[in-house]
Amino acid sequence: MLNRQGRPTQAGEAAHAEHATFTGNKALQQVEPLIFEIGHHEATGVDIDKPAPFKSRLGKHARQGEIGLPGLSEPEAMRHYVRLSQKNYGIDTGLFPLGSCTMKHNARLNEKMARLPGFSDVHPLQPLSTVPGALDLMLELARYLMTLTGMPAVALSPKAGAHGEACGMMAIKAAIAAKGEGATRNVVLVPESAHGTNPATAALIGFSVKAVPARPDGTVAVEDVKALLGPDIAAIMLTNPNTCGIFEPQIVEIAAAMHEAGAYFYCDGANFNAIVGKARPGDLGVDAMHINLHKTFSTPHGGGGPGAGPVVLSERLAPFAPVPFIHVENDKPHLIETRGEAPAGNKPFGRMTAFHGQMGMYVRALAYMLSHGSDGMRQASEDAVLNANYIRAGLADLMSLPFPDHPSMHEVLFDDEWLKGSGVSTLDFAKAMIDEGYHPMTVYFPLVVHGAMLIEPTESESKAALDLFIATLRDLAMAAKGNDKERFTSAPHHAPIRRLDETRAARSPVLKWEKPAPAKAAE
Amino acid sequence: MRYLPLTDTDREDMLARIGVPDIDALFSDVPAGKLLKGPVDLPRARGELEVERILGKMAGKNTAASAVPFFVGAGAYKHHVPATVDHLIQRSEFLTSYTPYQPEIAQGTLQYLFEFQTQVAALTGMEVANASMYDGSTGTGEAVLMAHRVTKRRKAVLSGGLHPHYTAVVETLSEMANDEVVALKPDVSANEDILSQIDDSVSCVVVQSPDVFGNLRDLKPIAEKAHAHGALLIAVFTEVVSLGAVVPPGAQDADIVVGEGQSIGNALNFGGPYVGLFAAKSKYIRQMPGRLCGETVDSTGQRGFVLTLSTREQHIRRDKATSNICTNSGLCVLAFTIHMTLLGQAGLARLAEVNHANAVKLADALASVEGVKVLNDSFFNEFTVKLKKPAAEVVEVLAAKGILAGVPVSRLLPKAGLDDLLIIASTEVNTDEDRAALVAALVEVL
Repeated sequence: MLNRQGRPTQAGEAAHAEHATFTGNKALQQVEPLIFEIGHHEATGVDIDKPAPFKSRLGKHARQGEIGLPGLSEPEAMRHYVRLSQKNYGIDTGLFPLGSCTMKHNARLNEKMARLPGFSDVHPLQPLSTVPGALDLMLELARYLMTLTGMPAVALSPKAGAHGEACGMMAIKAAIAAKGEGATRNVVLVPESAHGTNPATAALIGFSVKAVPARPDGTVAVEDVKALLGPDIAAIMLTNPNTCGIFEPQIVEIAAAMHEAGAYFYCDGANFNAIVGKARPGDLGVDAMHINLHKTFSTPHGGGGPGAGPVVLSERLAPFAPVPFIHVENDKPHLIETRGEAPAGNKPFGRMTAFHGQMGMYVRALAYMLSHGSDGMRQASEDAVLNANYIRAGLADLMSLPFPDHPSMHEVLFDDEWLKGSGVSTLDFAKAMIDEGYHPMTVYFPLVVHGAMLIEPTESESKAALDLFIATLRDLAMAAKGNDKERFTSAPHHAPIRRLDETRAARSPVLKWEKPAPAKAAE
Repeated sequence: MRYLPLTDTDREDMLARIGVPDIDALFSDVPAGKLLKGPVDLPRARGELEVERILGKMAGKNTAASAVPFFVGAGAYKHHVPATVDHLIQRSEFLTSYTPYQPEIAQGTLQYLFEFQTQVAALTGMEVANASMYDGSTGTGEAVLMAHRVTKRRKAVLSGGLHPHYTAVVETLSEMANDEVVALKPDVSANEDILSQIDDSVSCVVVQSPDVFGNLRDLKPIAEKAHAHGALLIAVFTEVVSLGAVVPPGAQDADIVVGEGQSIGNALNFGGPYVGLFAAKSKYIRQMPGRLCGETVDSTGQRGFVLTLSTREQHIRRDKATSNICTNSGLCVLAFTIHMTLLGQAGLARLAEVNHANAVKLADALASVEGVKVLNDSFFNEFTVKLKKPAAEVVEVLAAKGILAGVPVSRLLPKAGLDDLLIIASTEVNTDEDRAALVAALVEVL
């Protein structure tokens, strides 16, 4: 059918056929070479005047020869990176139910606040008299974190979750050493369900690791912990809510058992977002817990960082907090930057990083907290838990729940029992979700169940979005059980790229672009 | 609450569908008495405007670098970042994506990581680079641990020119892991005898150039001696722009190179987030920490990128991993790589030239001020001066006059007897007026 200008208004047959294009592009999906293939060594996208002649003070250290990097003009660079961005899935693209990662909405107000020149354009070593507002912000963030966790102290400087774990475990190690038990208490208990960072962190700090077995119901039992306790045990690293999405019911007893045995309780706070405003780790007997500002307090994940991992500390660990920290005396904040300057009673174990930590993330996290308020943060936790359980209720009859006896917190864990005999794996199922426009859930983690699928919708999803998600997963689940293998095993079919050969990448690693050898002249 | 889509009706319907009477039924595993009955004691939700007012007031109390003549460096540097950079890194698909665990829908992130790795390898003159570390200081700590794994020794020698915060980070990590560290005393004039510290027990030597006092150091003899004893040279820099003008560490046979990349693409941010650059000889890749992005093909033969060699990493290896690191510094990497792409080698060389020229002009002007002595033989965009008064006091007086003059060494090394030393940086942002203001103020104060 034609309209009055003679323009076809119906899709016609073309819409149904796949056509290879001359360019390899598919309309909005553009094939984009590397900058090294499109740029030139003499090109640049900045205009900087050559300085007037001067006498170099580089001495014999002046660079000889060129670096070997191309430049791009500004329009070329803009187009290059915009095209790359279009090959990425983000929270703003659609539902991103990546369990344990907490892909909640990233408010742009927080970005705007972090870019205020008074925060973004201040140097960590400019005179402290010129940055009172920066110290105010750190103190206010600390106050919020301490109030929400019910803990008396916080070390802000760790740069990410794993870095926060290291900080908390170092404080524990320092406290143990201060008691003269450094040589004997050197074993850390880590449940089998833990994040891989936990055992890696313990090992980094010179502890050896002993696994706590997982109970059939997905929790850690106090008897199992007690059975392992002794004068060699330094601490337990326990995630709560745990990586199966369950609040550890015996957490208070476990904490008490640790303390009774002269050991410490490190809580992995990666899942703190489920209980903010609902329960306080300080009330549960926690000695140290890192908080992923990029999960719980919505600072953007940014394709894998930067994060921030402040650590709240109990009274007995507080004196060992690393530098820098803010010491308030007579209502005046002092930034303590070296061990030697620490006021009496403080025995900082050292320093985690140069400068003062992730200020840019502090601002964003505080903007989130100020916006939500105590009521909004509590509501956010409740909605996150509600959403996860709603998904669980919508899928439990088709997919298999390894731990049906406990309610889920902010995330629901399925295993692959229900896929048995279908010829479809967890990975295949995840890849088919991509074709449906969803980012897959976390797969194959935690390790305590087979073919894990960990779904965390967060509080940022509407009921309508959840209903469509559930309907889609039901359709996929039915197809998987109904022999429509092709929809899964070769998925994704509609992503910018098909499944990638990871074995090849690892076997002969190509980690940077190399100039291709010149083609031999045709004979 | 503007960020929460569920309505009260939704919540009721959903609870009914789940089959529980109220929300707290879902929190039934929380031990008795530990579930809070109402919101904690913090202010209630606020609108955007109110939040802007609160944070704007805090920000307004700080002196921004752009607002004054600004010469503060010592590990973080004020540079001009093209507008394109901040626009691009705020695109949703970059900002709100996760670590590229599903490579089919994360080729944007993976391709820029691959471009970044190539850029860092070229800049440092090394064979391979990883997808970044948290920052230069934590990267240095990781480099020392890596050297211990490679050499199976556990003793690091740190130059007295290493940034004191970096030294502290390495010392902290080493103390915790019961590894040995020999940190040489602060070496203002780059004439320490580090070679005599190197023997068959040493795992690595860590040397920064330009060092924290601004001196350029000759790494080659240190590399030679280290290699003769089976030790590694870890070369560190905090000012990546210097690589546009000076001999890269790779050309001086460094084994591992670590640097702070903040100068390119990233704001000062009061110390973070920044981006750690990490490069090494390719024979050591399987001992490297952090993420690596590699090239491969998809099932149709099309080129694509994936995270690779993950058998080194914590989520696979747990307590046997090369590092406990889980994230890198993704968005700061993106800012770096976009800015570096805009610069290209031509732009970077020019930027470095302007930085050096500005620092030379300033050093020459200061050399004529009575009571100021420039200590460096060589430098790039930063140098150390000796003042006839305590530097911290002078800096404070100048700050009151609206000039941020530099970093007193006593800020980094209190009680080291170096109170009269001031580290001064000058980048492309400084004008002739800025320099004249600093010189005039020093003449007045000293």
